[in-house]
Amino acid sequence: MGEFLLVTIQVEMHDRLVMTLQDELTQSIVKHRARGVLIDISALEIVDSFIGRALGDIASMARILDAETVVVGMRPAVAITLVELGLSLPGVRTALNAERGMALIRQSLSASGRQDGGGSS
Amino acid sequence: MVAVLREETLGIQSDADVVRVRQVTREFAVALGFRLVDQTKIVTAASELARNTFVHGGGGAVLLEALEDGARSGLRLTFTDKGPGIADVARALADGYTTGSGLGLGLGGAKRLSNEFEISSAPGQGTRVLIARWL
Repeated sequence: MGEFLLVTIQVEMHDRLVMTLQDELTQSIVKHRARGVLIDISALEIVDSFIGRALGDIASMARILDAETVVVGMRPAVAITLVELGLSLPGVRTALNAERGMALIRQSLSASGRQDGGGSS
Repeated sequence: MVAVLREETLGIQSDADVVRVRQVTREFAVALGFRLVDQTKIVTAASELARNTFVHGGGGAVLLEALEDGARSGLRLTFTDKGPGIADVARALADGYTTGSGLGLGLGGAKRLSNEFEISSAPGQGTRVLIARWL
């Protein structure tokens, strides 16, 4: 099993910073041969459509680079607002906290490992 | 009668200004006694509209007003730009319609997150969007 990357967003995300995160994270996935990416957004007071889209893009890019992404720590008020906004974060897996997110990644990595080992499709 | 308790105008010329709009909207909402969920909704709506002003309107401004109307209080935000304007407002409000790199949820989403929503725009005339959320 490869390394996990843990990204904790600690600052107010302006749009350019979101794009920088996308760039640096995909580079780090390759550099560290990461199989899992945890993005902790517990410090984020809002997630608007731009940040939501960026999270979805990061998950897609990571998947292409053979890494699983889980977004953890979303605040309840943010979740309520996202649904009303019309954003359901398709393709983004979420977990309540980092521990559960890690378990989710381990689970899906071992499931795909078994599949590979069995030689089926 | 609606009384304005406090008002502030902020310029929107960069994505740092979009962040500033979020912060000041939050300050107003907290001062008015908005619950956390309502704060989050109005701040998210403000973020969407501020980004529209910057990205699509080529920059502009927002007027924030803390309102009192009898027993109820609210927050009104009016975004204005002198950009290219919107030819088909109904279409721009539809989810998924986008001319940029977004998801097309900005205007419709901001409307859903607000109690009041008004938009006026025409090609070459810029755009004015007003939202209000009452406590």
